[in-house]
Amino acid sequence: MTKRKLGRGVAVVAAGMSKFGCYNGMATRDIFVEAYREMLASLDHGFDPREIEAVYIGNYSGDLFEGQAHMAPLMTDWAGLSPRPATRVEDACASGSAALRQGMLAVASGLYDIVLVGGVEKMSELPTERVTDTLATASDVVYEAAVGFTFPALYAAMATAYMHEYGADPEVFLQVGYKNHEHGALNPKAQFGQPIREIMEARKASAIRKGLPVPEWKDEFDFLRDPRANPYIAWPLRLYDCSPISDGAAVVLLVSEEIARNFSEAPLYIIGSGQASDAATHDRPTLTSLPAARQAARQAYEMARITPQDVDAVEVHDCFTIAEIIASEDLGFFEAGEGWKAAEDGVTSLKGTRPINSSGGLKSKGHPVGASGVGQVVEIWHQLRGEAGERQIPGSPAIGLTHNVGGTGQTCVVNIFERR
Amino acid sequence: MTESEVYTHQFSKHLAERQLIGSRCKRCGRVFLPPRSWCPDCQQNELEAYQFSGKGKLAAFTVVYVAPTAMLAAGYDRKNPYCVGVVELEEGERIPAQIFGVDVQHPESIRIGTPLQALFVERGEGEHKKTILGFEVT
Ligand SMILES: [Zn+2]
Repeated sequence: MTKRKLGRGVAVVAAGMSKFGCYNGMATRDIFVEAYREMLASLDHGFDPREIEAVYIGNYSGDLFEGQAHMAPLMTDWAGLSPRPATRVEDACASGSAALRQGMLAVASGLYDIVLVGGVEKMSELPTERVTDTLATASDVVYEAAVGFTFPALYAAMATAYMHEYGADPEVFLQVGYKNHEHGALNPKAQFGQPIREIMEARKASAIRKGLPVPEWKDEFDFLRDPRANPYIAWPLRLYDCSPISDGAAVVLLVSEEIARNFSEAPLYIIGSGQASDAATHDRPTLTSLPAARQAARQAYEMARITPQDVDAVEVHDCFTIAEIIASEDLGFFEAGEGWKAAEDGVTSLKGTRPINSSGGLKSKGHPVGASGVGQVVEIWHQLRGEAGERQIPGSPAIGLTHNVGGTGQTCVVNIFERR
Repeated sequence: MTESEVYTHQFSKHLAERQLIGSRCKRCGRVFLPPRSWCPDCQQNELEAYQFSGKGKLAAFTVVYVAPTAMLAAGYDRKNPYCVGVVELEEGERIPAQIFGVDVQHPESIRIGTPLQALFVERGEGEHKKTILGFEVT
């Protein structure tokens, strides 16, 4: 039962992403090509892209977001890679990491040596309420969406269960969002690359320009507590607790371990990978943890033969602020019920001892659903190679982990990378 | 093959009859709400309809300010938010439902553990008419 070993080793040898944000008037395929171009530019040694043998694309719902299904061959063709086999992988918001895992398995099987993995999504074509509807299709439509549960509402329900069970102060959610904006401000690819202070000052300046009464916010948290600045979406979650509607793409190149150095001076080896599934939110024994995340993490740690303490850089799926707190516990960084205290104490900031989401996370970097999991790998790529600039985690991180959740935990994929 | 009472699409038919019908495994006795047509423990399909009491308590909740299109059509919006929750039934199963009889203007006053009773809410007109599962504070 516990055979947790790949047939052969697999490495990431190149990574790139588009800026995440709103691309008005730019087609999905062109956003993808932007990420692909940057991936090629990240190669330490040149190679002919036509050596790529297969393509795996994470895409949640081109079908509903833009009326375009069958995204994998389209992206593959636009990258000039037809007739390579191209497969779309859909596991809701975990589509990107699930695609990475499929690419990894394809190389590990020995069938291919060089595989392209991408993630892409364009959400901004739809009005907000239809984006809300589309995201809700990742829940149990018959029972959850039918009674009025939205995607934020499901996470908000987990937040009330968490507050009830552990006595967490909802103020901590504001701190998680604040922290991720601080990180995202250091990431040129982030959709909201601004600290909360800058957003607050811009709001004041705009009021002055328009001759409106200028709000008297004492500090960032005063701003975040103000329901006019930060309205509730689903109590206790507010606007700044939710990841945004985003467009974007991310791409990585996977090759077999034995040829990795032909491509890169500092490849990242995939040393652990886990994936698990679960019932819809209401049908789980707990609402304060994602059992699939715990299961996927255990698989990945076992394969990598490491403990949570060995992880230096971590990107978790903070689609909502509560999700980051729960993830920090599910991944074993903190005991159950302790994650919110660590967030409150600043432990998870870049200045703390367990930095989480140095990229700004989905909250600040953006969450183009199918691209997010691959985007997490791009951040780990930069962090482990010491290329993360102002947001570089100190101490020359060698092991990085990504945690990517589909829906509200019906899917979770955890991958672990190492620079040797 | 006769149509089983435990098929998923029968659930809404039962709601329209103001009944909360789940299913029960004839082999191990486990009960399911929503009804399952396949027992995951026994890996077989011998299940029968099982009536739930409709008594339960609130396990988790939220008040929704940004509503999906179906709830907007039902008259809900930021000024008129609604409460949804996960209800733990006395039989042990959990089901999502709209929650009534709570103060949606003061979500901080809503308590997990509050005793609830099932309620059947009719929504829409003509062929779009359907019955939604709700629970109200007892
Ligand atoms: Zn059974």
